[in-house]
Amino acid sequence: MSEVEEKLYQNRYRLDAGHPHIRIRDPEVCQARCTEKSCAACCPAGCYTLGPEGDITLLTDGCLECGTCRIICSEFRNVDWEYPRGGFGILFKFG
Amino acid sequence: MNERFDAIVVGAGPAGTSAALTLARGGWKVLQIERGEYPGSKNVQGAILYADSLQKLIPNFREEAPLERHLVEQRLWVLDDRSYIGSTYRSPVSNDAEPDRYTILRAQFDKWFAKKAQEAGVLLICETTVLDLLREGERVVGVRTDREEGEVYADVVILADGVNSVLARKAGIRPELGAGEVALGVKEVLFYPQESLEDRFGIQGDEGVAIEMVGKITGGMVGTAFLYTNKESLAVGIGCLLSDFRREKVPPYVLLARLKEHPALRPLLRDGEMKEYTAHLIPEGGYKAIPKLSGDGWLIVGDAGMFVNSVHREGSNLAMETGRIAAETVIELKQAGEPFTERNLHRYRQRLDQSFVMKDLRKYQHVHEVLDQNRHFLTTYPELVNRAAETLLRVDGVDKRSKEKEVVRSFRKHRSYRGLFSDAVKLWRAFR
Repeated sequence: MSEVEEKLYQNRYRLDAGHPHIRIRDPEVCQARCTEKSCAACCPAGCYTLGPEGDITLLTDGCLECGTCRIICSEFRNVDWEYPRGGFGILFKFG
Repeated sequence: MNERFDAIVVGAGPAGTSAALTLARGGWKVLQIERGEYPGSKNVQGAILYADSLQKLIPNFREEAPLERHLVEQRLWVLDDRSYIGSTYRSPVSNDAEPDRYTILRAQFDKWFAKKAQEAGVLLICETTVLDLLREGERVVGVRTDREEGEVYADVVILADGVNSVLARKAGIRPELGAGEVALGVKEVLFYPQESLEDRFGIQGDEGVAIEMVGKITGGMVGTAFLYTNKESLAVGIGCLLSDFRREKVPPYVLLARLKEHPALRPLLRDGEMKEYTAHLIPEGGYKAIPKLSGDGWLIVGDAGMFVNSVHREGSNLAMETGRIAAETVIELKQAGEPFTERNLHRYRQRLDQSFVMKDLRKYQHVHEVLDQNRHFLTTYPELVNRAAETLLRVDGVDKRSKEKEVVRSFRKHRSYRGLFSDAVKLWRAFR
């Protein structure tokens, strides 16, 4: 388990299987046009991973719903970001 | 849900609940909608609660709110890589005075606060995400939720949906946030046996300590770190401007791990059991980032309206204040028989301008620019003052006058007299 996965493991989530609330609009843009790939570095839950081919994989299960990825993707606006359906997603115990 | 309400409040954080509570007490039929499982389940803060704004709503909150500790000691540390220099203010609360600040756990506090609004008559619906505002022409007339037949109507809608305010962005009320307008904060909550925690900080009973940190720990980024004592846990976190995270490409959890390993913190944090890791954005754009605050049939409050005083680390109190004032504005209009038009609701902004909320935000409107354009405040100076302390305090056979000269020389080497003078002027101007 990576360092951030170990942290996220302590959190409580209610997963909305099959309904990711964040999507990459066009993966091709991430791979071919975006040079910064800030999402892979800045997401505090490590939801974005950079592949060997420069591709970006998004897994929203550990998402903390902060909004970072949407805001830093300002050059291409390639992140389609909504809140999870009511009741789903991160459920903070202490906040 | 084809019922009609006097008001709909979107969000059950401090801003939304303050608004809902005030409206319900005014005899209004209020629907409050929260997307989390319970109020607070999506909310994150350090967290320090300032009593004043809550006291205006619930004077006896100290008897029943889930408070962790009242602060008797506040420390400010300027960190170098290994050392820190700092200040401490400690004062026990005297018997005739009531504490004015407490540490809290937001998931528990928000739940309690929302309960008070429910007791006043607010109808709270959780696990419901609001997707859109409903309009008739320009006028906002209700909201569309993710429930079946989830359209609800009201005379006025109060947006208290937090820093990301999906609603405000979709409705064109507020533009997308810029990475330079928000800080990203990450935090861990570490648990300890109560006695062990109290021993570490020299506190007993409900006493608590807050440590705010600046300096090299943010790696040259504009930001601060904190350590707060709760009853049986410590909250340790760090936040920096998102634009800086983007430029430096440091994962936030790596920065937090570095902070926890700093020689000044490590002994205070040892043997803690980490039970939660959180992240949240903080609106830091200040006065200039405040959007249009009301229009036909709507008002915006709290983080959604960018109400945070980043210099003094105040936010939840501004949320409560703006929520209450928004509610009072619409109550007055209704009593006067006036409609909730853009023109009439502008009174909300006018009232805020007269309150500490806008006065404080106006006062510090240039601080971020100054820090942004003068990065040496965040790196060079912390290093210089720490080195100066070491030079002056070390007893090594060098006479004191020579030591003083060496300190002056080290400052001049990094910043000329001219640079030092202009830095002092810049800081004074930014904070005056």
